[in-house]
Amino acid sequence: MGIQGWTFLIVGLTFALYIGIAIWSRVGSTSDFYIAGSRVHPVANGMATAADWMSAASFISMAGMVAFLGYDGSVYLMGWTGGYVLLALLLAPYLRKFGKFTVPDFVGDRYYSDTARVVAIICAIFISFTYVAGQMRGVGIVFSRFLDVDITMGVIIGMVIVFFYAVLGGMKGITYTQVAQYCVLIFAYLVPVIFVSLMMTGNPIPQIGFGGTVADGSGEYLLDRLDGLMTDLGFDAYTDGSKPRIDVFFITAALMVGTAGLPHVIIRFFTVPKVRDARISAGYALIFIVLLYSTAPAVAAFVKTNLITSVNEVEYAEAPEWFHNWEATGLLQFDDKSGDGVIQFHADPDINELWVDPDIMVLASPEIAGLPNWVVGLVAAGGLAAALSTAAGLLLVLATAIAHDLLKRTMIPTMKEKTELITARVTVFFTVMIAGYFGINPPGFVAQTVAFAFGLAAASFFPAILMGIFFKRMNKEGAIAGMIAGIVFTASYIIYFTFINPEINNAEYWWFGISPEGIGTLGMLLNFAVALGVAKFTNKPPVHIQELVENIRVPRKMPSSSDMKKKKPNKPSGSNPE
Amino acid sequence: MENKAQAYWKRNLTLLYVLLFFWFISSYIFGIVLVDQLNTIQMGGFKLGFWFAQQGSQYVFIVLIFIYVYKMNKLDKEFEFDEE
Repeated sequence: MGIQGWTFLIVGLTFALYIGIAIWSRVGSTSDFYIAGSRVHPVANGMATAADWMSAASFISMAGMVAFLGYDGSVYLMGWTGGYVLLALLLAPYLRKFGKFTVPDFVGDRYYSDTARVVAIICAIFISFTYVAGQMRGVGIVFSRFLDVDITMGVIIGMVIVFFYAVLGGMKGITYTQVAQYCVLIFAYLVPVIFVSLMMTGNPIPQIGFGGTVADGSGEYLLDRLDGLMTDLGFDAYTDGSKPRIDVFFITAALMVGTAGLPHVIIRFFTVPKVRDARISAGYALIFIVLLYSTAPAVAAFVKTNLITSVNEVEYAEAPEWFHNWEATGLLQFDDKSGDGVIQFHADPDINELWVDPDIMVLASPEIAGLPNWVVGLVAAGGLAAALSTAAGLLLVLATAIAHDLLKRTMIPTMKEKTELITARVTVFFTVMIAGYFGINPPGFVAQTVAFAFGLAAASFFPAILMGIFFKRMNKEGAIAGMIAGIVFTASYIIYFTFINPEINNAEYWWFGISPEGIGTLGMLLNFAVALGVAKFTNKPPVHIQELVENIRVPRKMPSSSDMKKKKPNKPSGSNPE
Repeated sequence: MENKAQAYWKRNLTLLYVLLFFWFISSYIFGIVLVDQLNTIQMGGFKLGFWFAQQGSQYVFIVLIFIYVYKMNKLDKEFEFDEE
């Protein structure tokens, strides 16, 4: 069977599985719809979190970026895993104890202010939309290359499927579908790389293999060979990197903190039964994530070595079949500048004749390594699983932000549960339509907007939530001022360098040598500074808020003093002015 | 009651400081700040700094979370703050 036959078969089977799960897990309450009734087992929640988190960017793009950036690509590896330490230690258990549905819920209640809630809602919506657009591009790439349908059709198929199980099953449906999607995507990621690792280094474990010797009897280490190939072509050595260290530092921090501040990740810790489950499920999630993230640099090193050795100085007419297949998509281009009919790959743009989009490296790696056709089909199914699972999680956050946070909590508090559930489902419908539009007409700046999403999450949510838990004295004035300062600063810096003056977007003009990707870290520090300064000169938060903070700090349900007050007649209770 | 909760919180914070210290060392210090110095040390086919940046830090992160879970569950029991 050919590549296309296998792809149709495997993708079709996985889609049937997702739909089956959706039908099995229909829901009837808002609690089921938003947070799966808080009944998900920690291991299942860990897998679902991992699938939710690992998007088309992780599955399709990340290894390719590492392959092209070498050591500098480490920012993604450390940044997108280290954030889980912050989540597990600083946020997840306390937010679970708080026990509401969403991040804006927490921000609004903790800072006793609808203004804070609305600021949080706007951030959540903006961050999630940015992300969804990226997922849809991933779906489009997979469909257009492997299924031979055009991108529009591919995106519509993807959206129909997501819509189906998000509307029917809400968070419950999404969670169990994501468990299945995690299994599909990790299997699809590991199978080809294990083959490649065996072929290239003789070791089936890629994490060890890429630090081993090349299996051609030369006894040379793989990474040494790759460094040699790179420097021969005029690039920096693969293991050295070329970004300024301060920028690497700041980007890593922005990605870590941004990860911990992303609403669709945080919301996952509301779905488990207990505080102790929230702690351990962050641990499980990280194991499942690291399974892929520790493999990615191995994929990167293998595919980079293979790419250079299989096409550099090869005659165009003799180039392997995958080369021409990908050329047809426009994601790989050859421009014979020297006119000798031979492909020359070089660091110098004047001599270089080969341009490869990093996004194709993972999808193409089985073909580059000459693996059987069913592996290629499997990788396509994995890429779709990664993109769809993340898109579904994001759509749910958007629906929750609009139906629950904005309408129910801010505008129409009298709304009945049944109406809210219908509203949430209608919202999913509209967000699917908008996301689909972005998928078919992707904005040209998807890559930059990802920096936006992380930078904003780092500069807004993370400090507000952290201080809400760890600094009892933090009041609404401080938190709001901090969030606004952080967002405005970060957004201005990114917009200035990526949209207004892209021609001066280089280290010479950046503040302290920090690129727009890393500026969220500075925005976060600014948020902390402004919030602490303003809080110092404004009133303490009311007593019931200080009690709330004390309450979320301990796992066991405590009788609060305001409950006790209620028992005494004629004493004004300090709780909830709403 | 008040004092008990405060003592519990203090122990929690101490644990956080220790774990976050190792979190910072394994990624920012070994993987970024001292990467060139560590790269002079070879571990199999890996330069050590490169290994921390692309592999080691991730394994340290997992270990840190599981230590945290273990310690906190014990602390909850000790203070009788665990969930029934």
